[in-house]
Amino acid sequence: MRIRVDSEKCEGHNRCKALAPELFELDDYGYASAANDGNVPPELEEKARLAISNCPEFAVELVEE
Amino acid sequence: MSDDNRPVEDWATDYDIFDPDYVKEPGPVWDDLRQRCPVAHTKRWGGSFMATRYEDVQQAVRMVPELSSRSPTVIPPTGALREEMIAEVKAYGSENPPITADPPEHKPYKQLILPFFTPRATETYREFTENLCHELIDRFIDKGSCDAAADYAQQVPPRVIARILGIDASRGDEFTEWTRGVLELGQTNPDLRMKYRRIIREFFGELVAHRRKNPSDDVVSTLIEAEVEGERLNDHNIIGICNLLLVAGIDTTWSSIGASLWHFAATLKDRQRMAKEPDLFPTAIEELLRFYGPVMMARKILEPVTLGDTELTPGEKLILNFPAANRDPEAFERADEVVLDRERNRHVAFGIGIHRCAGSNLARMEMDVALRAWFERIPEFELSDPDAVTWAGGQVRGPRSIPVRF
Repeated sequence: MRIRVDSEKCEGHNRCKALAPELFELDDYGYASAANDGNVPPELEEKARLAISNCPEFAVELVEE
Repeated sequence: MSDDNRPVEDWATDYDIFDPDYVKEPGPVWDDLRQRCPVAHTKRWGGSFMATRYEDVQQAVRMVPELSSRSPTVIPPTGALREEMIAEVKAYGSENPPITADPPEHKPYKQLILPFFTPRATETYREFTENLCHELIDRFIDKGSCDAAADYAQQVPPRVIARILGIDASRGDEFTEWTRGVLELGQTNPDLRMKYRRIIREFFGELVAHRRKNPSDDVVSTLIEAEVEGERLNDHNIIGICNLLLVAGIDTTWSSIGASLWHFAATLKDRQRMAKEPDLFPTAIEELLRFYGPVMMARKILEPVTLGDTELTPGEKLILNFPAANRDPEAFERADEVVLDRERNRHVAFGIGIHRCAGSNLARMEMDVALRAWFERIPEFELSDPDAVTWAGGQVRGPRSIPVRF
């Protein structure tokens, strides 16, 4: 599973970081990007889905392989 | 203005956001408007449209530049205040940037304040907030009763933001009075709004002058040193930003903490569950934000645009009813229920788009600390007089008095 954060859509709500801290990084303003090149280890897939479904900007996405 | 207070006959064409029954329980009106309009209109209070569906609110925040944030209050300023504000904007620029700014001016101002409110930055105020909450509880716990709004929820945000701004936290009650003067009571009373706007601006005017002579590492000194587009900010800009930082976090966060305590005091099963399962705090807080999100914002309509099937008329306002969007059954399962363990919750309590509340991490930290401290010390409590509970509405909706016993 791979995810990404659309930087055009992210407004820094930080919901992804709160729900899946292992999978996201924040910049100095609080805007998010995917950690580890977006790769999600199997044990964190559920957290990744939560991050996707809690973003009010629809900015966290699954990357289709 | 008395005409603005007459009873509402049709909410779709003549809504009144200050109607006492609506302020107390707006849910049924929102359900009606979402199905029937879905964008409502009123001539009251200067004239406005109101979006109540999740999808419409999502679209409207992205209608830039047709919809402007130059005047984001839901009730436009009138009379002498309006003249004064227009003259100042002409002379000095946006009133309280970034909230009153549009692109491209908006972004550099937002980036100026965001670093103060990242999760890491706001966490550094957790211990201060915890101590504050426990001191407040110490004052009334032996009495077995208190007003959960006035004695607790209301006391937290002004002191925390004062601490962040490097101003005297012991003046918290004054900051609350000023904020209510401009934001709550001032909505329908232009003289009051103007009076407290002046008090706040004079206060920060003196503070900025003082910090220019005695720089420290606080927010105001940082703003004095900051540059936007290669230029230092003028005092008017800095005072406006400080005004925003003080006012925006007070009765908003207070309303969220208060509405949460009201919910638990009035809902036995949720109160018992919360007391037994503190692991639920993270989802519960998001759910309480969804269900009781206190804030509506407005945009000035500059150019004709269509929202849903409604033509928005330039010159009027569009109210973005985030609280109504948060209860839209098209966007949320069991939208009309508080579900403390709701896992998928794309609520818009802090707004969306470029004007997302800059203080959302701070508000969440304050809610988390205030509710955890309360439940740790007072796990059993209930409304002592349900009829004595009062709510304020308009731009910010929340309980102003919640008598509880424990």
